[in-house]
Amino acid sequence: MTRPRTLVEKIMARASGGADVRPGDIVTVQVDLAMAHDSSGPRRWRARLEALGARLWDPDKVVIVSDHYVPAVDPASAEILKTTREFARDYGVERFYDMRGICHVVLPEHGHLKPGMFVAGGDSHTTNGGAFGCYAAGFGATDMTAIVATGKTWTVVPETIRVEIAGEFREGVAAKDVMLLLCRELGMGNHFKTIEYGGPAVRAMDMEARMVLSNMAAELGGDTGLIEPDETTLSHIRAHGGEVEDEAIARWRSDAGCGYAKVHAVDASALQPQVAAPHSPANSDAISNASGERIDQAYIGACIGAKLTDLQMAARVLEGRKVARGVRLLVAPASAKVTHAAARDGTLATLTEAGAVILPSGCGACAGLGAGLLAEGEVCISSTNRNFRGRMGHKDAQVWLGSPFTVAASAVTGTITDPREFLGERRRAA
Amino acid sequence: MIRGRAWVFGDRIDTDLLAPGHAMKKGPEALAMHCLEAVDPAFAREVERGDIVVAGEDFGIGSSREQAAISLKLLGVSAVIAKSFARIFYRNAINIGLPAIPLAEAGDIAAGDRLLVDLSKGELVDETTGEEFAFPPLPDHLTAMIEAGGLMAQLKARFNAPEAQP
Repeated sequence: MTRPRTLVEKIMARASGGADVRPGDIVTVQVDLAMAHDSSGPRRWRARLEALGARLWDPDKVVIVSDHYVPAVDPASAEILKTTREFARDYGVERFYDMRGICHVVLPEHGHLKPGMFVAGGDSHTTNGGAFGCYAAGFGATDMTAIVATGKTWTVVPETIRVEIAGEFREGVAAKDVMLLLCRELGMGNHFKTIEYGGPAVRAMDMEARMVLSNMAAELGGDTGLIEPDETTLSHIRAHGGEVEDEAIARWRSDAGCGYAKVHAVDASALQPQVAAPHSPANSDAISNASGERIDQAYIGACIGAKLTDLQMAARVLEGRKVARGVRLLVAPASAKVTHAAARDGTLATLTEAGAVILPSGCGACAGLGAGLLAEGEVCISSTNRNFRGRMGHKDAQVWLGSPFTVAASAVTGTITDPREFLGERRRAA
Repeated sequence: MIRGRAWVFGDRIDTDLLAPGHAMKKGPEALAMHCLEAVDPAFAREVERGDIVVAGEDFGIGSSREQAAISLKLLGVSAVIAKSFARIFYRNAINIGLPAIPLAEAGDIAAGDRLLVDLSKGELVDETTGEEFAFPPLPDHLTAMIEAGGLMAQLKARFNAPEAQP
């Protein structure tokens, strides 16, 4: 009988081939999947691999997604995309998704993420994949070059902070609101730690909501945001073409009595919508304490905030309403599949009838690269994950963060607005 | 030994401040000229080779973009000292040979102070105030990496060793 272990300890033990690892141990691990995008991947790898005289350790375990500079808006971004395409061809990467959406959404859309895997991604929001019960963490370009050349890297076995979420979400409150709350309560300094989410409210969530929790583990400073797999996880993987065994549920979970560094409780029933003021996700507060700031732009986009359910949240608020005069609502669906599904179920029509402008799928304004950037002094409310100074355009623009419900409600009034005002009305009328 | 003048910044110097998105398409040298412009427009122009960046909590929080660390190195910064570092930035900095030193008392250092850092001993002397600080030395595998000249240099040695192709 081994000692009780956390999920991340079990993943690290398997990946390092060691019998027992403990928090603080530095181990060499075998990577199961390496993910790159056009900004930090081939563009930065190619010269380095050539200098080493190296090929990819296993092209079938490398996934490349072009999402940051898509579609090209100038010759420099076109060049970056060309480099990405040529690399995928020359280095034999079959799993190359060119302009199909944002990497963190595209990977689960193809069933690539599975419980127990060690996933290294060249993007900080690789944490998003932790929703599938794998250790999915972000790495820089030199680290990733070493990983794709050797299949290995070093890591510190992290301590785990368990976030236990109970209760039921009220109308107009979403997983994003939990994360903004946690940025305030846990802070952004949980470096070299894993955040593990559990409890009845997490079990009740679909995979898209779970990915929101894991995604913003990056803003908490965590390595990843793990969620133990259950039936919801396995059905999602299978529905997207991935193979996974039933026993993954029993195998990839934290043991009773494992040593969490901290347990933090959240009561979803008591939660109201949250917004984060510029220029940090940690500047968050309940919307009842926010200022009612006037906005110029509302943005629904990014890996965290533009999946199908996010667009549907916005549509519920916007149905039969119009975007306020003088305000622009921009919607960049997170992937081509999301766009397709939202077109089929009428969500896109609801958004465009309200006055939304639909942008291409990709990292776009969130990464400060594509369409929808802000001018000096402009104010935006955004469904994205970070609002650092200068991220979405001018350094003196102001970005607020909120859930898709809150972004849509704010687009209707032109000021930062509690979405329950609209959803409540609809409920009373029904 | 590292000796340099301190540039002092606050908490949460994020990667968008270090490598702004709007300049990410530019080459490394041009991008570096935008490093920290939103909090100190003079920094990139006036920082001198050997200078040391000193900051508060969560230095390098945000993106995995390695350009955040590369920009500091290109500008001649010899080390970053902060109360705490974001994991990805910390790894990126060490990988490219930019020492990242966690120091709880980083707030005691004032802008312009002359600092002397001994990485192997884990000692820092503020020569302006005479104060001395200790910090935990790097783990052995990272010391080895810095001594090899960074991760790429270490990899080159591995790939060129005839008997040990990885």
